Amino acid sequence: MCTTCGCGHGETTIEGHAHDHGHTHHHGHHAHGVMAAHAPGMDPSRILRIEQDILSKNNAYAAGNRGIFAERGILALNLVSSPGSGKTTLLTRTITDLSDEAPMAVIEGDQQTVLDAERIRATGVKAIQINTGKGCHLDAHMVGHALEKLAPEDDSLLFIENVGNLVCPASFDLGEAHKVVILSVTEGEDKPLKYPDMFHAADLMLLNKVDLLPHLNFDVEQCIAYARRVNPEIKVLQVSATSGDGLQDWYGWLRSTHEAMLMNRSPELAEA
Amino acid sequence: MHEMSLCEGVVQLIEEQAGKQGFSRVRTVWLEIGALAGVELEAMRFSFDAVARETVAAGAHLEIIPVAGRATCPACKHTVEIEARFDACPDCGHYPLDIIAGEEMRISELEVQ
Repeated sequence: MCTTCGCGHGETTIEGHAHDHGHTHHHGHHAHGVMAAHAPGMDPSRILRIEQDILSKNNAYAAGNRGIFAERGILALNLVSSPGSGKTTLLTRTITDLSDEAPMAVIEGDQQTVLDAERIRATGVKAIQINTGKGCHLDAHMVGHALEKLAPEDDSLLFIENVGNLVCPASFDLGEAHKVVILSVTEGEDKPLKYPDMFHAADLMLLNKVDLLPHLNFDVEQCIAYARRVNPEIKVLQVSATSGDGLQDWYGWLRSTHEAMLMNRSPELAEA
Repeated sequence: MHEMSLCEGVVQLIEEQAGKQGFSRVRTVWLEIGALAGVELEAMRFSFDAVARETVAAGAHLEIIPVAGRATCPACKHTVEIEARFDACPDCGHYPLDIIAGEEMRISELEVQ
């Protein structure tokens, strides 16, 4: 593990290259050499009061990413779901349908393979794959490095597709504007209660694969009620990435959210 | 299993403190973990030993102080204990409640040499 900038198990790779610390990205802290600098001796033990949040390093990286997004008008969305919810299909369809409207870029997170980034690049949108190895989520530091390589355009939409997992990614802020949770109707309607932290952390829930509802016993109203029970503010859109149902609502949400962000960035424009 | 990453965060913070406060060995680490923080305490203990190896925290004893979930009810104004984020008020049945404790994930103290 690198104690300088918080790299994980040394297994994280960004598009096939192991994260290389020979290069010159900036680190706020340098903990290397601490052990060597201080001779152990026979010091009596003492108690230090620390009171630091365990996620404080991740949160600092996330704040850095958020600053970059705000400065450059990039709407960053952290897409989270269980594996098989149709996230990548939804994303591929979205970037294809919106290709004439706004510049877009994608960060793909998976434990292994660059298959998803290849699927995205086939649409002509730039994408970069982060492989987390055994890691079960993306963190803000990995995303920061991916941003250096990906170089998303100003005023673009950046989709960060997290590792398929409804537990771990909930705790790790990446600097995104919103977490968007994708739940497909082929899963149980009680998922929001089983994984409350994720549905609590998300601002939007996309209920995907609604074209399959006639073939399933999935209670949409109950599912939405469960989601609102853990997060009364959550917005819900029903979509199908294959049939196209509801996608205009999702695109409308993307447009209005991005516009609101750009207006906030330039208050003089909002007044004009 | 994000507990492994959380433990890496703990060890990084400890190594920073070692530089600032001049210690070379950690005997005990006290963490406060809230009941609503989504952290599996056993996984945390297991991961800590593995992650701390070959660091200033190697061999340190991990003490986890569980923090109960507490919330105030906007309807009856009672302060109540809860086990899950979506629990209803045990006194009046209202939900959602306003969570006031139980989301902590904090290094509280270190015993160092």
